[in-house]
Amino acid sequence: MLRRLLSYLRRLVRTHAFRLASLYFIVFAVSVLGVLFFVYWMSADFIERQTQATLDAEIAGLAEQYAQRGLSGLVQIVAARSAGDRGDGMLYLVTDGSGHPLAGNITGWPEGTPVAAGPVAFNVQMKIKGVTQTQPAQGALIVIPDGYRLLVARDISDAARYRERIKMTLLWSGLVALVVGVIGGAVMSRNLLRRVEQVNRTAERVMGGNLSDRVPLRGSRDEFDQLAANLNNMLDQIERLMAGMREVSDNIAHDLRTPLARLRARLELSLIGSNSTNGLEDGAQAEAVRAAIDEADRLLATFNALLNIAEAESGARRNEAEPLDLAQTARAAAELYEPVAEEKGCALKIDVEPGIMIRGDRHLLSQAVANLLDNALKYGGGEVLLSAHQQDGRAALEVSDTGPGIPEEERDVVFDRFVRLEPSRSTPGNGLGLSLVRAVARLHNGTVALGEVDPGSGQPGLKVRLEFAAL
Amino acid sequence: MKLLVVEDDRETANYLVKGLSESGYTVDQSGDGREGLFLASSGSYDAIIIDRMLPGMDGLAMLGALRAAEIGTPSLILSALGSVDDRVKGLRAGGDDYLVKPFAFSELLARIEALLRRGAASTATTKLRVADLELDLLTRSVRRGETGIDLLPREFQLLEYLMRNTGHVVTRTMLLEHVWDYHFDPQTNVIDVHVSRLRQKIDRNFERPLIHTVRGAGYCLRAAD
Repeated sequence: MLRRLLSYLRRLVRTHAFRLASLYFIVFAVSVLGVLFFVYWMSADFIERQTQATLDAEIAGLAEQYAQRGLSGLVQIVAARSAGDRGDGMLYLVTDGSGHPLAGNITGWPEGTPVAAGPVAFNVQMKIKGVTQTQPAQGALIVIPDGYRLLVARDISDAARYRERIKMTLLWSGLVALVVGVIGGAVMSRNLLRRVEQVNRTAERVMGGNLSDRVPLRGSRDEFDQLAANLNNMLDQIERLMAGMREVSDNIAHDLRTPLARLRARLELSLIGSNSTNGLEDGAQAEAVRAAIDEADRLLATFNALLNIAEAESGARRNEAEPLDLAQTARAAAELYEPVAEEKGCALKIDVEPGIMIRGDRHLLSQAVANLLDNALKYGGGEVLLSAHQQDGRAALEVSDTGPGIPEEERDVVFDRFVRLEPSRSTPGNGLGLSLVRAVARLHNGTVALGEVDPGSGQPGLKVRLEFAAL
Repeated sequence: MKLLVVEDDRETANYLVKGLSESGYTVDQSGDGREGLFLASSGSYDAIIIDRMLPGMDGLAMLGALRAAEIGTPSLILSALGSVDDRVKGLRAGGDDYLVKPFAFSELLARIEALLRRGAASTATTKLRVADLELDLLTRSVRRGETGIDLLPREFQLLEYLMRNTGHVVTRTMLLEHVWDYHFDPQTNVIDVHVSRLRQKIDRNFERPLIHTVRGAGYCLRAAD
C-alpha cells in the first residue's frame, strides 16, 4: 500500500504537469505573500503616522498655550484636559524639577522613562471600567525651562489591536489564497494530465493495431486541440500509408503469385499433355518438369508465408479472435508433430495444464505452435518439451529443446524475416517461421521471448516462451 | 461429366478449361457472373467452379442466387483472398469447397473429383472395403485379410478419408483440412510422415501395397496399380 503510494508519488513528481503546477504554486504563493506583507506594512505605517500626527498636534497646541499663558496656563490646560475620560486615549503629566507631579492623568512618572527630551514609549497602568490594565503608550517628553517637564503621550492599545486584527486578517486570507492555489494547481495539472493521458491512451491503442482510433477533440481550439488535431492528421496519414502497404502486399500476392502459379500450371499441363500423347512421362524431360514444379511450390510456399505474416502483422484478423483452449491447441499441434519427432529420434514430451482459455485465432495459434515445434525438432533436437501453464492471469506456452541453443546476441535477430542462423542454409526452410510466431504473438497482444532452458546452469538448449492474457 | 467454369481472368480460365478437358471433362466457360448464373440455372452441370470476384455479379452472390433457386450443384469457390474468414463466408454462401489462388492444378482436380463423389456416395455406410482392407466405422476397427490392425484415432481418421476417396488422388492440403482441420501450410511435410506411419501398419507385411504416392499431387489408396 505504502509502496504503491510512493511509486504513484514518484510517477507524479516526474510528470511535466506536476512540475508546472508546482512552479505555478510557488510563484503564486510568493506574490500573494508579497502583496499581503505590503498591505500589512502600509497599514501599520499609516496607523503609526496617524498616532504621531495626533501627538504632534497636541504638543503644538500645548506649546501655544505655554507661550501665551506660561507655566500656570500649561498646568491649567493639562489639568482641564486630564479631567474626565475623554476617550481619545491622550495621557498628560507635568512635573516640577524634583519630579513631583503638578497635573495630568498619569499618577506617577512611568518607570524606565528617560529624563532627556525626545520620543518615549512606555507602559501605563490605567483603570478601564474598574479594571486596572497595563496599556502601551507612546509619546514625547518635553523639557520646559526651570526643570519642569511635560509628558504628552497616547494610549496606543487600540492601534496595536487594530494592527493585530489586520495581521490576522491578512494571515487568514493568505492561507485561504494558498489553499485555493494548491487546489487550482492540482485541478490545472489534473486537467493537463487528463488531456495528455488521452493522447497517450490513443497512441497506445494505435500501437496496439487499432489504426482508426483518434484523439478526441474538445472544440476549444486551444493548444491541446491543435496538438490533437495534428496528431490525428498524422494518424490519418499513417493509416493511409499502412493501407498502401497492405495494398502493396496484396499486389505482391496478385502480381507475383499469379504468374508463378501460371508457370506451375503450364508445367503441370505439359505433364498431363505428355501423358496422353507420347511416353515423355518417364523421361528425363518429365523429371526436369517435375523438379521445376517442386521449385515453384517452394517459392509459392515462401510467398504465402510472407503474406500470412503481413496479414497477421496488419492486425486485420484481430476480429477473428474467439475464446479457445490453448491447452487443446497445443496438444493438437504436438499430436501433428509426434511422428516427426519419432522419425528424427527426438523425445517429444508434453506438459500441458488442462483448460487454459485465451482469446485467439485457432488457425494462427496452431501454426505458431507448429512452427515452434518444427524449429525445435529441426534445429534443436534432443529432448523437446512442449508445456503450457496458466498463472496470475497469464497463459504461457513454452517449447524447449536440448539442442545447441542460440547465443544471446542473436536472439532478437531471429525474429526478422529470412534470418537463418545456419550459415550454410542447407536445412530446408525459409527463415520465416519465427517471424510468423512473433506476428501471431503481437496480434494476440502477447509476447514471445527466447531464453535458456535453465538459466545459469550452462545447460545447452533453447526455450521459446509465448505469453498471452488468460481469460 | 460436365463442368462449368465461371472465371473472368482469361489466362486462368483457359488453363482451367484446358486442364479439365485433358482430364476428361466437358467444360463450359463464362467470364461473367450473370451469364454464369444463367448457365448454371439449367442444372445440367455436375460441378461448378466459381471465382469470387466477377464482373456483373459477385461470385458469392451468384452462388447465393443459385442456392436460392434450389439448385444444389456441387461448387468450388476460387479466391485470391486466403483468410479463414473468407473461407467461412464462402462456405456459408453455399460453396462446397474453397480454394485459394494460386493453386496447383492437381489440387483443384483432386477437389473437383472429391466433390463429384460426394454427390454419389452419400449413402450411410458402416463399412468401407478396399481389396482385402476393411474399415468398420461402428466398431472403429480395421483389418486386412485375417489380420486385425491397431490404429491410433488420428490414423483411423486418415485411413477413413483415404478409403472414402478410393482410387482418387487426395492432396496433402486436403488431408490437413479434413483430418486435422488445419488451414495452413506446415513447414515440414508432416503429412508425409503421418502417411508413412499409416503405411507401415497397413502395407508392411503385405504383398500388394494399397497406399500410393502420386508425385507432385498427393496420395491415392487403390487396390491395383
